[in-house]
Amino acid sequence: MTSPAGIRTESTADGRIGDSPLRPDGTAKVTGEFAYASDLWHDDMCWGVTLRSPHPHARIRALDPGPALAVPGVYAVLTADDVPGRNAVGLEHADQPVLADGVVRYQGEPVAIVAADHPETARRAADRIVVDYEPLPAVTDARQALDPSSPQVHPGGNVVRHLKIRKGAGELSAPVVVSLDFAVGMQDQAFLGPESGLAVPDGAGGVDLYVATQWLHVDQRQICQALDLPPEQVRLTLAGVGGAFGGREDLSMHVHACLLAMHTGKPVKMVYNREESFFGHVHRHPATMRYEFGAEPDGRLVYGRAEILFDGGAYASSTAAVVGNGGTMGLGPYRFPTVHVDCWGLYTNNPPCGAMRGFGCVQAAYAHEAVMDELADRLGLDRVAIRAPNGMREGDENITGQLIDSAAPVAELIERVRDLPLPPEPGQARDLRNLPGGVANTTHGEGVVRGVGYAVTYKNVGFSEGFDDYSTARVRLEVVAGEPVATVHTAAAEVGQGLVTVEQQIARTELGVERVTVHPKDTQVGSSGSTSASRQTYVTGGAVKAACEAVRALVLARAAALLEVPAAALRLEHAKIVDAGGEVLTSLADLLGDDAVEQTVEWRHRPTHPVDPETGQGNAHVQYAFSAHRAVVDVDVELGLVKVVALDTAQDVGKALNPAAVIGQIQGGSVQGMGLALMEEVVVTDGRIRNPSFTDYLIPTILDTPPMQIQVLEYPDPHAPYGVRGVGEPPTISSGPAVAAAIRQACGRPLRRVPIRPEHITGVR
Amino acid sequence: MRITATVNGEPRQADDVWEGESLLYVLRERLGLPGSKNACEQGECGSCTVYLDGVPVCACLVAAGQAQGREVVTVEGLGSRDALDPVQQAFVDAGAVQCGFCTPGLVVAAHDLLARNTRPSDPEIREALAGNLCRCTGYEAILAAVRLAADRNAEVAP
Repeated sequence: MTSPAGIRTESTADGRIGDSPLRPDGTAKVTGEFAYASDLWHDDMCWGVTLRSPHPHARIRALDPGPALAVPGVYAVLTADDVPGRNAVGLEHADQPVLADGVVRYQGEPVAIVAADHPETARRAADRIVVDYEPLPAVTDARQALDPSSPQVHPGGNVVRHLKIRKGAGELSAPVVVSLDFAVGMQDQAFLGPESGLAVPDGAGGVDLYVATQWLHVDQRQICQALDLPPEQVRLTLAGVGGAFGGREDLSMHVHACLLAMHTGKPVKMVYNREESFFGHVHRHPATMRYEFGAEPDGRLVYGRAEILFDGGAYASSTAAVVGNGGTMGLGPYRFPTVHVDCWGLYTNNPPCGAMRGFGCVQAAYAHEAVMDELADRLGLDRVAIRAPNGMREGDENITGQLIDSAAPVAELIERVRDLPLPPEPGQARDLRNLPGGVANTTHGEGVVRGVGYAVTYKNVGFSEGFDDYSTARVRLEVVAGEPVATVHTAAAEVGQGLVTVEQQIARTELGVERVTVHPKDTQVGSSGSTSASRQTYVTGGAVKAACEAVRALVLARAAALLEVPAAALRLEHAKIVDAGGEVLTSLADLLGDDAVEQTVEWRHRPTHPVDPETGQGNAHVQYAFSAHRAVVDVDVELGLVKVVALDTAQDVGKALNPAAVIGQIQGGSVQGMGLALMEEVVVTDGRIRNPSFTDYLIPTILDTPPMQIQVLEYPDPHAPYGVRGVGEPPTISSGPAVAAAIRQACGRPLRRVPIRPEHITGVR
Repeated sequence: MRITATVNGEPRQADDVWEGESLLYVLRERLGLPGSKNACEQGECGSCTVYLDGVPVCACLVAAGQAQGREVVTVEGLGSRDALDPVQQAFVDAGAVQCGFCTPGLVVAAHDLLARNTRPSDPEIREALAGNLCRCTGYEAILAAVRLAADRNAEVAP
């Protein structure tokens, strides 16, 4: 039995901040022992499945669960009528039913859930539920959603948020003006571990949920409302998470499994298959954008103007915050005297969109970087020469009037990627595997043109616009088997990024111990906020550091009293109390004896503030992270096929707490960004997803992926713990626009939409 | 139906198997071997790669009945916590593991590659592992892991 006990990771290896110790969960992951959410198992458990709407918009006239209940092996069939609390959940606005209540607003919306003794029994029973739908007119385009004559997806209208940014008194005119339209398709997070979890009823009216998620406490809050239970009766523990990238910030099977478990009195496991996963989580917002930049003849930017439309789909999810990001950072890391931005998030009957790595900045970056290239061409400047002098610097104001009060090395980043060695020019005998088309043997080099492209970005770190973005850490220091052991307890979700390693490194650094245990992530400690917005190393790292400091202060006070010396003269090193000269005064084990020292700290970064509703001005964000990419591509301009030859990055990370993990984030993020430029799109026509599978939704393979040279800069942010700067998202933002620019250079076509398809490159319709 | 097979060197039996179940389902849900992963269940991602009579296959595409009487080796059979296979050790050491959901399948696929080709070139590694999707790493650390395992194998048996 794989016990659903949560994942405890221990490590005795050395490794303080700045080192790259091995992951504490690495061994369990290579042997297959690591228990992901879909691996959980419980005696007497049954399986839950979901019946979903086939229509993008329809009224439910009638629903008959009878034929499903008649299937042998079925324990329960539940609908909206069985939701005991509020039948509405949502990250920012509770606008999404747990189970559809009379109307469905997108294809794939959950309508009913079934529990049975075998997953196939449950699936077949779900197919026998009789639902009488009356299809309704659907809004399937963001611009159509803005039209007042369009159907309203929700009673309040189709606008989730409209953000206006107005800055500077200058005219929107300049000697040189470039304008263009750009469209970005819908990207999927495509985490490999499907949505899954196990709900176990406690026999006393409550439930324990073991689940793969990004934020246990925001899940708990929503589940409690839906089940009408207090938090003490809804306890969550993080199961092993197979990637997230934003797609696990919203609920999926959480409430459904709890409902089935409480209704049947049995543990219920739910595991989506890949097709259901495409319907079971939000995607990256598709965007349609109109951009216009004005410049002086020497290239200096005069004004920036943008209209950005994000298609939010049927429910709000985090659309309002995506609009906040897309708007406030929508013109890129450049200096603009005058700004006019309108950013919209809209309800449609398309699949709901929400968080994905890069969060609103990814879409905008394609547009602002294409405009900068166009401007360079018009002015006869090269791609670096247009960006470096216009790039943001420390001490600048960004377009919301916020002072950039730590490093903003835009010029240095792009010059550094430019100066990295270029891949060798191809020789005569070319390995098929390095050519566009690969082993499909479509070319031996004829018709292949090389292109080079650049892009830069900046991205906020942490939650913004006044959100109370705190994290909680509990740290305990005690002697186990004669050796001091620190235990770090946070609710911060480890989704693969390596936070568990960093938590251990911080505890070793601050407490001078080697053995550090990371307690299972659960709701028995306060919230750590979301594993998103590149924020956990900063915010939960800050909380762990603060809790360790509180523990250390108590330990040193105890030592000071015992040794009759001032505490300020003492340090904790290598499990010993040492004086200012480094002389050992006593061991930590002797000092602590049988006592444990434990402290819990709620830690906050500097506050952020809402922006002005009319001008969009304000200190919306706490920190910005910058990166630049250079892409080199070989394009078969006759067939429209692309091979990315090199994808090089320079990024400022403030301080690399774990350099190897930083490199891993940059490599993985770069490839996700490349995927959107080249191949990744959830194709939605008339509100219906056409490609919900890994057969038809393509993500980069190891054959698609180039070698990557990476330059990591460390300009500490004086306001952040250890000087860290968020790492995970910037590479996903600047890589794709660099690839798109390189393809444009190779084929000479404007390419105003991503993903770029072969017919766009060849011009064949 | 009843399925018997040799799994990781041991005779194993599963009863009451529904004919539509895959080898992957039987391994994960009936034999207590969840190491092989269920990322796509349609043969596209390679996360469920196991050896079937010594040949790597996607366990999700093998009907359970097809494994009757045959020999299956999963990631759990390659090594254990205290005795990792060199490929497993190299994945840990090279930082090739982030979320790790692709790892079991990649470990089996890389193990198979190195059994056939002790010193693969980078293009050979890429071609051999092209059926295994990874969403976290960008594959660079996976390449490094395979090179590292090949180097270590060469040191042991030059």
